[in-house]
Amino acid sequence: MTNIPIDAIADLPPHSEQPEDWRRFFGFSTDHKVIGIQYIVTSFIFFLIGGVLAMVIRGELITPESDLVDRAVYNSMFTMHGTIMLFLWTFPVLLGISNYLVPLMIGARDMAFPKLNAVAFWMVPVFGIILMASFFIPGGTSQSGWWAYPPVSLQNPTGNIVNGQFLWLVAVAISGVASIMGAINFVTTIFRMRTTGMTWFRMPVFVWTVLAAQIIQLFGLPALTAGAVMLLSDLTFGTSFFDPAKGGDPVLFQHFFWFYSHPAVYVIILPVFGIFSEIFPVYARKPLFGYKVVAVSSLIITGLSAVVWVHHMFASGTPSWMRMLFMATTMLISVPTGIKVFAWVATIWGGKIKLTTSMLFGLGALVMFVFSGITGIMLAAVPVDIHVNNTYFVVGHFHYVIYGAVVLGIYAGLYHWFPKMTGRMYSEGLGKLHFIFTFIGTNACFFPMHPLGLQGMPRRVASYDPEFAFWNVIASLGGFLLGVSTIPFILNMVSSWVQGEKAPKNPWRAIGLEWLVSSPPSHENFEELPIVISEPYGYGNDEPLVSNPDKLEVNHATS
Amino acid sequence: MKLRTILILVGVAIAIALISLWMGQAAYTWFPPQASAESILVDNLFSFLVTLGTFIFLGVVGTLTYSILFQRAEKYDLSDGPHIEGNVKLEIIWTAIPFALVIWIAAYSYQIYGQMSILGPMEHAHHGHIMAAAHADEIMEDHLDHAIAAKSNDSNVEEVEQIQVLARQWSWEFHYGNGTDDVSSTELHLPNNRRIKLVLHSEDVLHGLYIPAFRVKQDVIPGRDIDFEFTPIREGKYRLRDSQYSGTYFAAMQTDVVVESPESYQKWLADATSATPVVAYNRASNEYAKRANANNWATVIPAAPPVVNYSGSN
Repeated sequence: MTNIPIDAIADLPPHSEQPEDWRRFFGFSTDHKVIGIQYIVTSFIFFLIGGVLAMVIRGELITPESDLVDRAVYNSMFTMHGTIMLFLWTFPVLLGISNYLVPLMIGARDMAFPKLNAVAFWMVPVFGIILMASFFIPGGTSQSGWWAYPPVSLQNPTGNIVNGQFLWLVAVAISGVASIMGAINFVTTIFRMRTTGMTWFRMPVFVWTVLAAQIIQLFGLPALTAGAVMLLSDLTFGTSFFDPAKGGDPVLFQHFFWFYSHPAVYVIILPVFGIFSEIFPVYARKPLFGYKVVAVSSLIITGLSAVVWVHHMFASGTPSWMRMLFMATTMLISVPTGIKVFAWVATIWGGKIKLTTSMLFGLGALVMFVFSGITGIMLAAVPVDIHVNNTYFVVGHFHYVIYGAVVLGIYAGLYHWFPKMTGRMYSEGLGKLHFIFTFIGTNACFFPMHPLGLQGMPRRVASYDPEFAFWNVIASLGGFLLGVSTIPFILNMVSSWVQGEKAPKNPWRAIGLEWLVSSPPSHENFEELPIVISEPYGYGNDEPLVSNPDKLEVNHATS
Repeated sequence: MKLRTILILVGVAIAIALISLWMGQAAYTWFPPQASAESILVDNLFSFLVTLGTFIFLGVVGTLTYSILFQRAEKYDLSDGPHIEGNVKLEIIWTAIPFALVIWIAAYSYQIYGQMSILGPMEHAHHGHIMAAAHADEIMEDHLDHAIAAKSNDSNVEEVEQIQVLARQWSWEFHYGNGTDDVSSTELHLPNNRRIKLVLHSEDVLHGLYIPAFRVKQDVIPGRDIDFEFTPIREGKYRLRDSQYSGTYFAAMQTDVVVESPESYQKWLADATSATPVVAYNRASNEYAKRANANNWATVIPAAPPVVNYSGSN
């Protein structure tokens, strides 16, 4: 069952009709590479919007008083910041990278369902616009946070049917449906479309992690989407699933929400683990240490991620037995994660390290991930969590995960595969400047949140006691530096794509199917499907990866 | 391995261990003052986690730093490193050690949580009370002994000071005494070294009762009465904050906690009983009144400021 030729399952129209110039990026293309770049660019625009909101938040918090924006606006800022960063940046950008790479890495010509793939992508701008529209309606956007706990989320002070919370819930429900479509596509593709010889244990770890992440989407998203629809029904039609005034249970919503939204963190971090596993071997010139264990531990994380969600609710209406049970499961999940960290360190150890921009981002991300893992164990310990739950300690912890590890990891991946995606080389100078700004900015912005939380500063506040001022000023300055850090990145990406040096097939001398074809690869990737004959990451070992390297492409020009 | 390598590694491990122990001690200074018996337990656990965490962090990052500094490829060196695919022995070790560590941490946390016995949803006061007393012997700290001795000497449940807590958008209100002639306050006054039992009620949305100096927190859930216990051990004035996001004026929903000697506490209660109820200052209502500007987004209107016997010292 390792493969079925794509021609057998899809009667695709001849692709020469599709434009090959820049216009294809604005149309309903079914090419996974075009869709991948559409995802990446669209989500990056939302990343910038979410970042502007974050800087409004940091601007408000640079002084103890609530003096920059109205409290309602502040609450809108953090609600939309969280929503945009998760649903419109991290999820879609990783879907973009996965979309681009998975078919290439397993030796397929496209995803299993190319049209479904395009439909799933085009729902992203649709729900993005719905969400943005809520800024312009009476009463403004949702102000109940990205977790949208009732009864606050049911309060609707405007009394209008179409209110910010309504649009928010519609957007989240559409996002859920789009992500389920994507998940079906990825899982099917990885199961059914691997080329000859691409057995499970010859798959690059990135593909393993995408599989592990998308399985979570399949079992988790129905819970969140159902919760969102029930909340929408309470808000709009007056049902009482979650409204305590009418006999509903607000804590039930928290279970629906976190049953998905905690595993969602693993949907985000797993592909980043995949990126680490791809780039460290390339730039250390050594095979991935303990490949099989690293690959399988992704699936163990998937399994455990389904049974840890109550750790978000230790201080909620959660009985003690539940607090203890979920403390134990949460701590267990650090074991497969630890295995991966040690494997990456062992991969780098004794290698021949090249500090390219991509490697710098990868190493920076790894260090910050280790830090966030340690604060994560602290948070899993119920007595400590009873103190720091809902304080800035938690905000610091998860921003180290989601910015320190995930965003830096995404940058590492974008730099690494930029030549493959665009056919151009990026500027290392600008890249390194980008890294320095990002690394300093991330630590300056998010480290101070830990002492603030230990001192007892709650999260989500627009004003705070003056004793917290010092660390907040540092955090705000760090936040503004993070805003500045995107400038060299954008400059680099745009100028390099337009006029960068032409990229060869394999500028990093990396091992992997995607590096055996032109940069960028032709429309259906492979003329003849590759026949894989050895394991991945064969650094230091002169074995060919495929038996037909010269037949993968029509030879019009050597690159 | 050569003897020299082993000695160097042992030396490095000892150095990292010493730094970690120092960090673990430094961790105590990162908190507000220890004003409850529970805070001592939480800080001890946190210090232990900081010690372990520092050791792991320095171990991993130190190894990476060494590689980055000393194992770089020469500029024109295009060769690969050694083809090492893994090491089963090493992989078993770094699975087994973290596994044992997390079991240890979980067991220790479980023990601490039992000693805190802060109750929370779905638990009966008597059960928790007895558990706290049973574990008391294990704790060596002086004031903690003192605090718990006060109640274990006398198994009478009346020893627990019971206070009703009302949370609403956006004010805290505390009721003392049972029945109709109760005393109300917007500032939480507590007798020192006595077990306190709060009964938490919310009139509208979720709130969270959080006193950082006590290291305790519990969400307040509309439609449920939740019992919550702790023991203050240090006289002084502390902050009580809403920790569960409750809407527009969430950040303004704070008040003071005053821990005083049982004598002063009784005097305060007596004075408050005879005081005429007044409308307390309420920051949310005040800000809302000033926010007349029609351009602002609509918000939930704050509940009327509480009318209480005692409305705080400021």
